[in-house]
Amino acid sequence: MQEFTYTIKDEIGIHARPAGNIVKIAKEAKSDVSMECRGKTADLKKIFSLMSLSVKCGDEVKISVSGDDEAEICEKIRRYLTENL
Amino acid sequence: MEILRGTGASQGVALGRIKIIKQKNTDVTKHTIENVAAEIARFNSAVEKTKETLGVLYEKTVTEASEAEAEIFSIHIMMLEDGSLTDCCESIIYEQSVNAEYAVSEAAKVVCAMLVDTNDDYMMARTADVEDIKNGILTSLTGENGDVILDENTIVFAHDLTPSQTINLDKSKILAFVTEKGSKNSHTAILARSMKIPSIVGVTGCMRAEFDGLECGVDAEEAAVFIEPDEKTKSKIFVRGEVQKSREEKLRTLKGKKSITKSGKEIKLYANIGGEDDLDSVLQNDAEGIGLFRSEFLYLGRAELPDEETQFCAYKRVLEKMQGKETVIRTMDIGADKQAACLELEQEENPALGYRAIRICLEDTDIFKTQLRALYRASVFGNLSIMFPMITSKDEVERVTELASCVRQELKDEGISIDEDVRLGIMIETPAAALISDELAPLVDFFSIGTNDLIQYTLAADRQNDKIGNIYNPTHPAVMKLIKMTCDSAHRAGIWVGVCGELAADTDITQTLVAFGIDELSVSPGYVLAVRESIINSN
Repeated sequence: MQEFTYTIKDEIGIHARPAGNIVKIAKEAKSDVSMECRGKTADLKKIFSLMSLSVKCGDEVKISVSGDDEAEICEKIRRYLTENL
Repeated sequence: MEILRGTGASQGVALGRIKIIKQKNTDVTKHTIENVAAEIARFNSAVEKTKETLGVLYEKTVTEASEAEAEIFSIHIMMLEDGSLTDCCESIIYEQSVNAEYAVSEAAKVVCAMLVDTNDDYMMARTADVEDIKNGILTSLTGENGDVILDENTIVFAHDLTPSQTINLDKSKILAFVTEKGSKNSHTAILARSMKIPSIVGVTGCMRAEFDGLECGVDAEEAAVFIEPDEKTKSKIFVRGEVQKSREEKLRTLKGKKSITKSGKEIKLYANIGGEDDLDSVLQNDAEGIGLFRSEFLYLGRAELPDEETQFCAYKRVLEKMQGKETVIRTMDIGADKQAACLELEQEENPALGYRAIRICLEDTDIFKTQLRALYRASVFGNLSIMFPMITSKDEVERVTELASCVRQELKDEGISIDEDVRLGIMIETPAAALISDELAPLVDFFSIGTNDLIQYTLAADRQNDKIGNIYNPTHPAVMKLIKMTCDSAHRAGIWVGVCGELAADTDITQTLVAFGIDELSVSPGYVLAVRESIINSN
């Protein structure tokens, strides 16, 4: 399993559009992908699950990826977060 | 005549007949079914059909509006594929042996409750998306397509329109939207703007059945809806519409043209923007570059300072999108009057004259260097110029250019490639800078006159204060003298000079600025074509 933490800098947090894009990346993965925020965990392959975390600006999120392509997916999500959120 | 009021969400006027679009009948009856497996299969095929329909809507929106607007439908598809809604439906059908229609409306309630539970305004607003998806599935289940047939020249009255309803309506027949609910930022309002259909939202009491078929006038600027307008109102709206139309048509013909005066001087006509979202309108309005890109959006509304990587990515995206057109990015221009938690600024008595902009940057050089590093790293992706705000002295300019040269050296030592031709310029927005512009000009590559602050500082008049609105006079001779002086100093030193304040968009002043020898005008994207017309008509 690979993990990393990231602090959301985007003003509005993870809203529908970026949530959609993150789910898109997670769905391509063979690995299980999850995000933890304020004690709640979401399955990143499910958009409602991610949206119900209602991640805001300044929140620290922990991403965990476990499976065959964990390194690649971890890097993709990290890149998406740093470039967009 | 009856007048209803709301909030203008998309500009324009219209005269037509009212068509009331009621919400689809979403009452579903519950009944038990015998064959659970068959019902689940029926449900699944309805979901597949809904996905197809959403795919079509996506394509349609891309063509009629833009890809950004269309994204909502790809999110709807994701919501369907997510399983939260569909799994819940299946288990309701399975456990209760009920019809799929009932299961869908129950499952939608569960998912909506989950969103409402987040207690977050944004997420709560997403219940509208869930409703939209639910209605989509219901339509697929019942086979009724629910399409509304519209007559020519229709003004649509609705409680609220879902994105799919909006995009499904035949826009060639719609003159305006009037909705009882909705906000300026609802999907429908955004779509209406991108399709240039006048819209007024939040019009309480517009859903009265007797309105259906009546004549109606809409004036989004005044945010007024006229039911059975009298002749005077009708002719007023008609005239405004005609004026707007012919004006827009005329301005559209100026796209792709150069901004050259009658005497043959070419003026650089650029746009002012405050974020990446405005880039599309810069290109749509045919601006020749960006004369002022306010970098503040990177700093506002966040707890921590934006790091180099975040800034680099943002600048790179902007420069790439501008495809080689000159892009002037202004370094952070923030003071105590703006909500910038990450800078931890103390409250000040007089923030306009306080610790702000370049004054912060020269004190806290780490913040400044981070921004400069990000800018220089991004410079290889386009045609970058960097501009420094709030300059009052030669010393400040010298320190700024020295820091910039340090950053360039640092990057080169690290083996990072940068564009050697990045131009450095300053804002002339204090009377001090204008008065010593002859000493400042040899130190930089360009000047950009920030008239909003220059006027406020010269006339000692706060432009936000209505009581002294008559003192805040953009064409006061003192202001004009300072502008002229700045132009002359620039030209003596062989550098270009522009205006990026609101004055640049005032077409009554264009001729004067051209006569001063101004080389560049930078205005909000929406004014570009009008100013081009004015330049072409100037001597």
